[in-house]
Amino acid sequence: MRVLVFAKQVPDTTEVRVDPVKGTLIRDGVKSIMNPEDKNALEAALQLKDKYGAKVTVITMGPPSAEAILRESYAMGADEAVLITDPLYAGADTWVTSMILAKTAQIIGFDLILTGRQAIDGDTAQVGIEIAEHLGIPVIAYATDITLKDNMVVVTRELDNTYEIISTNLPCLITCTKDLNKPRYMRVTNIFGCFDKPITHLNNSVLKFDKNEVGLVGSPTKVRKTFTKGSKAQGTIFNGTPEESAEIILSKLKTEKIINV
Amino acid sequence: MIMVYCEQRNGELLNVGPELVGKAVELSKDFDGNVTAVICGHKINHLAELLIHYGASRVIVIEHPLLEKYNVDAYTEALYQVVKSENPEILLVGATLTGRELGPRLAARLKTGLTADCTNLEIDTESKLLLMTRPAFGGNLMATIICPDNRPQMATTRPGVFPMPQSDSQRRGEIILFTPRLSKEDIRIKVEKIIQKIRKHKDLTAEKVLVAGGRGVGSKENFELLEELADLLGGGIAGSRAAVDEGWLSKDLQVGQTGKVVRPKLYIAVGISGAIQHLAGMQESEYIIAINKDPEAPIMKVADLAIVGDWKPIVRRLIQQLKQTMDIQEEKIS
Repeated sequence: MRVLVFAKQVPDTTEVRVDPVKGTLIRDGVKSIMNPEDKNALEAALQLKDKYGAKVTVITMGPPSAEAILRESYAMGADEAVLITDPLYAGADTWVTSMILAKTAQIIGFDLILTGRQAIDGDTAQVGIEIAEHLGIPVIAYATDITLKDNMVVVTRELDNTYEIISTNLPCLITCTKDLNKPRYMRVTNIFGCFDKPITHLNNSVLKFDKNEVGLVGSPTKVRKTFTKGSKAQGTIFNGTPEESAEIILSKLKTEKIINV
Repeated sequence: MIMVYCEQRNGELLNVGPELVGKAVELSKDFDGNVTAVICGHKINHLAELLIHYGASRVIVIEHPLLEKYNVDAYTEALYQVVKSENPEILLVGATLTGRELGPRLAARLKTGLTADCTNLEIDTESKLLLMTRPAFGGNLMATIICPDNRPQMATTRPGVFPMPQSDSQRRGEIILFTPRLSKEDIRIKVEKIIQKIRKHKDLTAEKVLVAGGRGVGSKENFELLEELADLLGGGIAGSRAAVDEGWLSKDLQVGQTGKVVRPKLYIAVGISGAIQHLAGMQESEYIIAINKDPEAPIMKVADLAIVGDWKPIVRRLIQQLKQTMDIQEEKIS
């Protein structure tokens, strides 16, 4: 069985800060990581490999520095790693990104595709589902459990008020949540080996898109502007003893008639 | 024309549909004033009139036995057929978990862009394009997105972001029945079983008072203090993404861009720094109290009352004071 895992390198957004004057992101010193739920997807693939036997290929799209997460994937136990990198693809939105990833999947071949539910830098949760649509295969989003039965997957997933148990035939795509598993650590023996393993590079000479279909130009959505949120007028600031603080909270609740206390 | 997909479950309309209809009516003033609501299911005719009361000028009822239960394959195809025959300029979808699955699949099939989890929607006065604003980079920055050339311009919005519009039973509109071409072969995923979640808490969006904790609360045990405070105030507890990621709270109690959007009468933020991603979920609260060690934390800027200090002794004191007042009241009653 051939399992593809699509992973993204993202800035650790818990460390991203905004320059209060310029209103731009301060990226200096912010470390890049493998998107957390993509790691859950990789772990799920590796568990399927342990249990049923599978070839696990991790694929990412990004600048050459995104190789770091592919090395990490090797160290966790992936069999093959692919980096899609081409300046033509810069600025791709979710629609174009999913189209490029879908074409890559078609070229490599697959029985099952796993992705994280969403990336922490965009939180859109679109790319995995759109890949499935471009490939014309079934999708199951938000998996919390995956089992394999012959040519069928049985997935438990969590919705707003319910859990659903869903089955479908391979090939299909599943988006994974952090509740699915706890990703393994890199193995020491693999860490030594991971720098020697080859990473396949794919660019537009292989994927053959028209340059107007990809990157910023081909993206249906464009960013018109970015900004930091203008704050409303500053409220009351109070700095005192715990007793005084509690007192002012209670008196405000009374005078502002917020609730009956 | 602006089209709004309104999700129903077991014959009941989710609030996010009418919320988006309300917003669409506002946006449509820059167009032809037409708002078409779309509902999808089996034997759901009774919902059409409700949507007209909420402001839709037209309602399309997509009716088919295969649509009785939500299924991404069947729902995508049914909506695709309606969109293709109606060609709306804009299509809005509620960002429930099912909406966030249906939206991208539909957008990819329509070959158009989709902007997820918008916190604001406006029409650009010059270009008449939909301006879709959402938090980016973990909520540290806001981005306004446009979809200039592809149609429809698609956006999803979380439940609770826009207020419920007034329902007016005098309002009249057109109701259209649409029967999609669907066959069993279109449906490749099989829902074997649906298990209802057991809710330990009231729905967050229904609470009048919320006491929310973040990373600064420090531990699961410490949340018991917040729970005690919430009880005394007649409300519930909630948390930031950090608190949920730490495993201190269940996911359905998360407030923010990736959690619930709430607008209670009183929101007390304890040990929450206030990334935009969290602020997006609570800044419409009527009164906000923040307790934080760091006077520079973003939450302190949106708070009506910002208390600088160590939260624990302050919350303890509050609990003590509230209990005393209650004791006095009880004495008076007895």
